[in-house]
Amino acid sequence: MREHIVRSYQEELALLDRRVAQMGGLAENALGQAFDALEKRDPRLAEAVIASDKAIDRLEREVDDQVVTMIALRQPLADDLRQVIAALRITSDLERIGDLAKNIAKRALAISQEPYPKPLMSGLRNMVERAMRQLKDVLDAYAERNSELALAVWRADEQIDAMYNSVFRELLTYMMEDPRNIGLCTHLLFGAKNIERIGDHTTNIAEIVHYLVHGEPITDDRPKGDQTSSTPISRD
Amino acid sequence: MNEQFRTSDLSIAVSPHIGTRVSMQADAVKVRVRNVNAFYGEKQALKNVSMDIPARAVTALIGPSGCGKSTFLRCINRMNDTIPNARVTGDITIDGQNIFDPKLDVVQLRARVGMVFQKPNPFPKSIYENVAYGPRIHGLASNRAELDEIVMSSLEKAGLLKEVRDRLNDLGTGLSGGQQQRLCIARAIAVSPEVILMDEPCSALDPIATAKIEELIDELRENYCIVIVTHSMQQAARVSQRTAFFHLGELIEEGDTAEIFTNPRKMQTRDYITGRYG
Repeated sequence: MREHIVRSYQEELALLDRRVAQMGGLAENALGQAFDALEKRDPRLAEAVIASDKAIDRLEREVDDQVVTMIALRQPLADDLRQVIAALRITSDLERIGDLAKNIAKRALAISQEPYPKPLMSGLRNMVERAMRQLKDVLDAYAERNSELALAVWRADEQIDAMYNSVFRELLTYMMEDPRNIGLCTHLLFGAKNIERIGDHTTNIAEIVHYLVHGEPITDDRPKGDQTSSTPISRD
Repeated sequence: MNEQFRTSDLSIAVSPHIGTRVSMQADAVKVRVRNVNAFYGEKQALKNVSMDIPARAVTALIGPSGCGKSTFLRCINRMNDTIPNARVTGDITIDGQNIFDPKLDVVQLRARVGMVFQKPNPFPKSIYENVAYGPRIHGLASNRAELDEIVMSSLEKAGLLKEVRDRLNDLGTGLSGGQQQRLCIARAIAVSPEVILMDEPCSALDPIATAKIEELIDELRENYCIVIVTHSMQQAARVSQRTAFFHLGELIEEGDTAEIFTNPRKMQTRDYITGRYG
C-alpha cells in the first residue's frame, strides 16, 4: 500500500506493527525457555521466564492504549481500521500465550526435584517444537500480511491436538502404573494442556490475520482434533 | 486510561499523539489568556475565558456554531479591532508581552501573529509577489537576493515550492484551492511569525488537499505556535495536541487532545463530541 499523506499517521501504524512483532518475539522466547527450564530442570531459567512475563503484559497495555487513541484521533478506515482492530485482538492472544508459558515455567519449578521420564519429555518436546513453529509462522504471516501462511497454520493445529491426545494417554498410563508418579505427571499434564492451548491461541491469531487481509472471517470449520475431553479413563 | 505512553525500548519518531505529551510547563507557554470577555455591541460573545496556549504545538478550538471560537482566535492578533462594534477586555500576553499595550504596534503584532482564513485569499498578484509583499513592506530584505531567499524558503516550508518553482510569475489566483491555501500559509510564514492562527483552513478543500495541509501543519508545529479553529472534530483530533471546547462563549474544557477525545472530564464536552448535542 502507498504511504499515507500524513507522515505521523504512517509512523503510528508502523509502531503498532513493531509492538505486535516485539510482543510475539517475547512470547516465542517465553515458550522456548519455559520448556527448556522444564526439560533441563533449571529453576533459574524458570524464574527468568516468570519475571519476563511482565514485559509482555506491559506491551499489551501499550497496544491497547495506542489502539484506542488511534481510533479516537485518526478515524482509521478500511485496511487501517482492520489493522488496528487486528492488533488489539492479536495482542490479547499473545498475552495469554505469555501467561501459559509462564505457567509452564512454574510447573518446571514444581517438578525440578523429581525424576526425569525421558520418553514423556520427548513427547512434550515434540509438541513444544510444533507449537513454536506454528507461532513463528503465524507471526510471519501477520508481518507479511500473508493469508495463505495463516491458513496453513490454522489447519495444522490438528497435529498439536493429535500429539496432545497421545501425551495425555501416556501420562495416564504412567500414573496408573505407579501412584508415586502422579505428582510429576499431573504437572506435566497441565504443561501439555498449556501447550495445546497455546496452539489454539495461535490459530486464533491465524484467523485474525485472514480477516486483516480479506476483511472476512475464515468460513470453514476448523479441524479440531483434541479428543481428551471425551476420552474415558478405565483401569484395565 | 491514557497514562503516559511509553515506547518500551523501541525507537520511534515523534508523532503528534503517540510517545509525546504536550505538558503545560511554564516555560512552554506562548500565549497566556486571562479573563477575556468580548462583545459585539450588547451581545457577549466570550465570557471570562482563560487559557495557556503552548509554543511549538497545535491547539484546536472546537465547539458548535456561535460558540465564540473564531471571536477568540481573532483576539490573539487583535483582528476584532477592525470590527466596528467589537469590544474586548482582559489580558492576553505573548511571551509575557501584553498585546493590548497602547504602545504596541498592532501592524507588527499581525506580522508576529499570522492568520490563514477559511476561504483561501491570495492577492491578485503573481505567486512570487504574494509571498514577497509582506517582507517588502516590513523591510525584511535589504536587496532582491534576500527577498528571493525569503520567498523561496517560505514556499518550501509551505510545501508549495516544488509545484510552482517554474511559474512564480503566474497569478496566485490561478492555483487550485489547496495550492492557494498553501500559498496563503507561505505568505504568513514569510514575515517570520511566531504564532499562526488558522480559521477553518480546510473547510473549502477536498480530502486530499486537506490531508496535505494537515501534514504541513504537523511539520510547521515544530517551529510555530499554531491555533486552529475547526468545526470538524475529526480534524481537531487528527492534527492537534491540545483541544479547547467552547460553548456559548465559555471555555468549557481544555486539555490534551487524546484525553479530550477518549475521556473528557465535562459532560458537556462528552455530549458534544459524541453527537448527543442539541
